[in-house]
Amino acid sequence: MSDDDGKARPPGFGFETRAIHAGARPDPTTGARNTPIFQTTSYVFDDVDHAADLFNLQTFGFIYSRLTNPTVSVLEERIANLEDGRAAVCAASGHAAQFLTFFTLLGPGDEFVASRNLYGGSITQFGLSFKKLGWTCHFVDPTDPENFRRALTPKCKAIFLEILANPGGIVVDVEPVAAIAREAGIPLIVDNTMATPYLCRPFEWGADIVVHSTTKFLSGHGTSVGGAVVESGRFDWAQNDKFPCMTQPEPAYHGLTFYETFGDFGFTTKARAVALRDFGPTLSPANAFYTITGIETLHLRMERHVQNAQAVAEFLEGHPAVAGVSYAGLPSSPYHDLARKYLPRGPGSVFTCRLKGGFEAGVRLVESVELFSHLANIGDTRSLILHPASTTHRQLSPEQQVAAGAGPDVVRLSIGLETADDLLRDLDRGLAATTTGK
Amino acid sequence: MTDATPVSTPLAYDDADLRGILKSVRTIAMVGLSPKWVRPSNFAAKYLQGKGYRVIPVNPGVAGKEILGETVYASLKEIPGRFEMVDIFRSSEAAGPITDAAIALKEEKGIQVIWMQLGVRNDDAAARAEAAGLTVVMDRCPKIEYGRLFGELGWGGVNSGIISSKRPGPRP
Ligand SMILES: Cc1ncc(COP(=O)(O)O)c(C=O)c1O
Repeated sequence: MSDDDGKARPPGFGFETRAIHAGARPDPTTGARNTPIFQTTSYVFDDVDHAADLFNLQTFGFIYSRLTNPTVSVLEERIANLEDGRAAVCAASGHAAQFLTFFTLLGPGDEFVASRNLYGGSITQFGLSFKKLGWTCHFVDPTDPENFRRALTPKCKAIFLEILANPGGIVVDVEPVAAIAREAGIPLIVDNTMATPYLCRPFEWGADIVVHSTTKFLSGHGTSVGGAVVESGRFDWAQNDKFPCMTQPEPAYHGLTFYETFGDFGFTTKARAVALRDFGPTLSPANAFYTITGIETLHLRMERHVQNAQAVAEFLEGHPAVAGVSYAGLPSSPYHDLARKYLPRGPGSVFTCRLKGGFEAGVRLVESVELFSHLANIGDTRSLILHPASTTHRQLSPEQQVAAGAGPDVVRLSIGLETADDLLRDLDRGLAATTTGK
Repeated sequence: MTDATPVSTPLAYDDADLRGILKSVRTIAMVGLSPKWVRPSNFAAKYLQGKGYRVIPVNPGVAGKEILGETVYASLKEIPGRFEMVDIFRSSEAAGPITDAAIALKEEKGIQVIWMQLGVRNDDAAARAEAAGLTVVMDRCPKIEYGRLFGELGWGGVNSGIISSKRPGPRP
């Protein structure tokens, strides 16, 4: 049985079955078994009254693919199902999914608290670009959950964290953070990109909203940029007056009240009907198709990703050219116990290592490997390598680089699905070059 | 959602039973149907009409007027014809006397199902109705359940929980 993490599984289908089937039935008209790519911008109305019902959200159906598309809908339901959530809305990228989430929650002058251990692009989005919209993010060190409580202000409308943080190695103790959010009457948003619902389902630990960059392990083959927002359906938006966005009539929708009308799927409905409609970062049906196909093997891939990552991490930890390895699957990691609690099937396949040879060694390693691809992505079938200090984090001062976990001696790895021994050999050759200078 | 009674045991309904109700019922008396088009009750009624159900409004505040092309009645008793289902869009407390009225009218009107809306739950009233031989559904919306069971809800990214490799059949 798949759900071997010691928890009783509710009756119903297993993860693997749902990864393949959820949201997708044979096409009613043609009998097509695989989900077709509905490569269409728009859909005919039966008559004017039907059109009015659709525009008013009084009936379910398709109008225009900026809002909904049958291929994208299958992906949305599949991700919602795998997260054990109520509903999902997809977006053109992980960043777009984050934007839809916060645009739905916040107004100008509103604030939120976020872990400082996030994908670098999210730190920039929250800290700089969101500021221009009048939203303030307070970043905190997530290793002490109480830091989230201390940073809360009356204007804070959410807490955001990556449970398994990019660039890897850090696992956040999410259960007490969920309790802090609950006490404050605000939703906890968890970015589950690095773990995927196969390794961790944040709703089980008290999260209210999950966001994904489906670009990574969900699509899984380095083919398609995309994102998703999932709601648990359990957050009570009417418990206080912090969320007029959900409980007050919406002027952008003829005075519709989203929570009252759509209940436990009101948040994603609003994210779609207002934020996606008005800003337009829509996932294409073709990218949805590739992502659906990727998810069908998610369970198999994640198992092997974790197995290969563990092998590479152990190899690097024992290598004389390596000063340290951040993988939470290693007993030496300070996050090992948290990883066993929240990620019992393994803490993903992205982590960093520090090289004794410093900046020069980092540059030499990424340039001398043959099998690892030198690029700025994670969660591919292929193994990937990056030297943040010379690329993604180049603009930062050495002090800032160290604080971000991207010091001059740090190399980030995303371990793929190749033969583990081939990966070890490739790294061994690359590491030899860091000490010999060749 | 706001006026729900504190929920003791979670409600669970078999998909096949709900499907059976939605397939057999044709006429629904909707108690608390609002004449305002942006209200959830009006949304549900309009949707159900679109699926071929006749929805008879019960709302004493606007009795004698029309909502969505149907004459509004002040009470279940005043509805002239027969209807198989009563859909209650009122508070959980108000659902009690409405259920009792439906039990009293069961034979005369052919009532078979009491359906209480999302957020509406009255366990005592449900027990009385079940003892009288009626089928009861609480804390669910027939629009959402129809959409979920007949393949439309997923279009909005909602998790229907349905897994099947059968080609979906025609909708009722
Ligand atoms: C954890 C995490 N969240 C969000 C993102 C942003 O996603 P996207 O690149 O799809 O916009 C990334 C991308 O690297 C990521 O790693």
